[in-house]
Amino acid sequence: MSIDMAQFHQVFFEESFEGLDTMESGLLDLNTGDVDVDEINMIFRAAHSIKGGSGTFGFTAVSDFTHVMETLLDEMRDGRRLVTQSAVDALLGSVDCLRAMLTAIQDEQAVDTQNVAEHKKVLEVELTRGADSSPVASQESATSEQVSDPVAITAHEANVEGWNISFSPHPNMLKTGNDPVRMFRELAELGELTSTADFLGVPDIHNLEPEECAISWKLHLKGNTAEQDIEEIFSWVEDECDFAIQKIQSTVQSVSPVAETTDSTTTVQPDEQTSKEDKETTAEATKPVASKKPVKDKKETAKPANKSSGSIRVDTTKIDTLINMVGELVITQSMLSLVGEHFEINKLDQLKTGLSQLERHTRELQESVMNIRMLPISFVFSRFPRLVHDLSSKLGKKIELKLVGENTEVDKTVVELLSDPLVHLVRNSLDHGIEMPEDRIAAGKPETGTVILEAYHRGGNIVIEVVDDGKGLNKDKLRAKAIEKGLIDEDAILTDKQTYELIFMPGFSTAEKLTDVSGRGVGMDVVRRNIQSLGGNIEIISELGKGSTISIHLPLTLAILDGQSISVGDERYIVPLGSIIESININEDMVNRIAGKGETFRLRDEFLPIVRMHDIFHVESAKATKLTDGLVVVVEGQGVKCGLFVDDLLGQQQVVIKSLEANYRRVEGISGATILGDGSVALILDIPGLVRLANQ
Amino acid sequence: MAQDVVDNNAVEQFLTFEIDNEAYGVEILKVKEIRGWEPIRAIPNTPDYLKGALNLRGAIVPIVDLRERFNMEKVEYSPVTVVIVLSVEGEKGDTVIGIVADAVSDVLDVKMTQIKEAPNLGAKIDTCYMQGMYVTQDKMILLLNINKLLNPDEFENLADIA
Repeated sequence: MSIDMAQFHQVFFEESFEGLDTMESGLLDLNTGDVDVDEINMIFRAAHSIKGGSGTFGFTAVSDFTHVMETLLDEMRDGRRLVTQSAVDALLGSVDCLRAMLTAIQDEQAVDTQNVAEHKKVLEVELTRGADSSPVASQESATSEQVSDPVAITAHEANVEGWNISFSPHPNMLKTGNDPVRMFRELAELGELTSTADFLGVPDIHNLEPEECAISWKLHLKGNTAEQDIEEIFSWVEDECDFAIQKIQSTVQSVSPVAETTDSTTTVQPDEQTSKEDKETTAEATKPVASKKPVKDKKETAKPANKSSGSIRVDTTKIDTLINMVGELVITQSMLSLVGEHFEINKLDQLKTGLSQLERHTRELQESVMNIRMLPISFVFSRFPRLVHDLSSKLGKKIELKLVGENTEVDKTVVELLSDPLVHLVRNSLDHGIEMPEDRIAAGKPETGTVILEAYHRGGNIVIEVVDDGKGLNKDKLRAKAIEKGLIDEDAILTDKQTYELIFMPGFSTAEKLTDVSGRGVGMDVVRRNIQSLGGNIEIISELGKGSTISIHLPLTLAILDGQSISVGDERYIVPLGSIIESININEDMVNRIAGKGETFRLRDEFLPIVRMHDIFHVESAKATKLTDGLVVVVEGQGVKCGLFVDDLLGQQQVVIKSLEANYRRVEGISGATILGDGSVALILDIPGLVRLANQ
Repeated sequence: MAQDVVDNNAVEQFLTFEIDNEAYGVEILKVKEIRGWEPIRAIPNTPDYLKGALNLRGAIVPIVDLRERFNMEKVEYSPVTVVIVLSVEGEKGDTVIGIVADAVSDVLDVKMTQIKEAPNLGAKIDTCYMQGMYVTQDKMILLLNINKLLNPDEFENLADIA
């Protein structure tokens, strides 16, 4: 039974993080004072499965912590406790703490025990305090009040001497992977445990089924333990055993200690012995992970973890469509091969229909395969309600967040890379955009500010907008700031758009004072760079006093690109269409040669360097070597403009981006390769790289 | 590989091919495909022996001319010129690279014990790219260590020198 548990860890982590997200959104939806049982149930279930999972894998720190959360949630669920804001905050805090713990374990780093202990304490304080506000405080008989009110505790202490537990597993319990020895060991942690095994049910050696459990136990647990804790241990096997707990009051003298211990019972059951060993090895194996080393530096654990997981969750309907299509493709293929086998000219029509069917199916197949990589943008959006909730209370502002178009689907890579820039933008909107409530009232606006996060498709792009109804950008202030920072000249003439663009310049921040939310001036330029690295762009529209809209335009997928193919001699290159400004024929008058340094040409008021493709790529077959013979394609990449001198423009087409690095390595000036309609390879140009290359 | 053989009877199959009338061999399990030479797309600013890239069912596969890699005389490609597509183990995982050879010859069963260490061939051919030598009655076959010879990182070093 030695299964390598590590192989399931990844799944556990993924599920747990998902569970944490569920808990978080559930907690944010909870209305204080009003108990929505379904909502609490959902949160409870998420907590419970995290606890179960972490217990199974031996992450005891996590399961212990979740247990406390669960107790609190359980009481809320039963209506024994009111849902207070402080309780919700404590729970939200512990969700963060849990996430940090899980991340640390996933990265095989030490868990920040101090942080965990703090949160645990907050929860426990909440637990003790909550009883006062409990609507059914008098329910003393309620069995599972672990830490209800102080009186109850003393009552427990006075009365409970121990517990008698009778436990008879059903024969099939071992088969479900539950091990009594493990449970006994957990029980023993709660107090002094003695056990008597009852062998009456054990058949003689000939009829013995080693995989069935035929023993039942009478256990005696000394000490003042909460009944709930005991039930907890047995909760996994509830359906697979008969189980009864009986409280021993102090007035009753304890049952005489019993001779047999668990160990002696295990020797009788050989399979139990082995499973016990297994358990021990797994427990040992996982120990170093969960070990509680103090963490030197908090930041260390907060390091950006490897977030992009290699796996993806796909809707089964998507897979079903795919399977259907492959089925049709197979049918078309067999039809075609039938036609091909005994081909006569009168079958030409059949062949044509077959081929057009094939074409259609391939295209559909391609589309649906692409679709698999698509995730709804709610994966990114879902973290914002929490962010806004936390930040608005921190900033003392009243802010409402609206999410629109959460189901818009985006490529997985985009989703993963979009998250950080968006957080930044939303933070900026909250911190700089939305005004304090009193300012808003003074400005005649509703007290509560609104931030809208919206996603929609437009053309081949996805557009994501962050809209706020805050104070908007002050053009004069931006300008003054830029001049002060030396980013622009004092007499520079800027259009509105250019003025707004200033905030994307490195080192630009208009916040009067730095807050820990935003305002350090490293951000917006990073945001823009991130968006550009995804092949997108970012724009700002703003109106003073009314608010700002930041829109991000991104290509739907990173795997397909709109390209313009160009020819240089026998070579074919693809220029990303988005980077082409225009293509022109130039004449000698426009060209300036700078001594030995290269050539520039004048385009309206600008002087642009000419990059001779045949030169930098050493293409010997180039037809045009005189500038007047070829064409100049004016391109722009990362703020650099230049003219590419090529033989000819061919056509525009969508190309599938293939990696050159997969089998070779990066080549300067080339961002990838693609396959043309005739099956040959064409290289995709990387404009900024080309400019660098030309400057060498 | 030749060094850590324990089983004396272990037999491995090698695909042999010719370059400049010399016989070379590569482990057959590394061979993905053999195809005739067809014009391929050049990759700019790479060493001369890297002839370019080929579309192998949607993957972009770089093609190395072994003649040029071994500093031999260039020849015109003929109808028997072949591209042997190999899967190469690298640090970053497996990569697929093609080599150009004059012609493919045979598949040989080679007992591991029969592989002799590569002799010192002087400066012209670096023996560290050799796995060993196998001598039959009439000829001598150089067995190539393609993981070394076609290591993409090696390309990088050589490209820097070039």
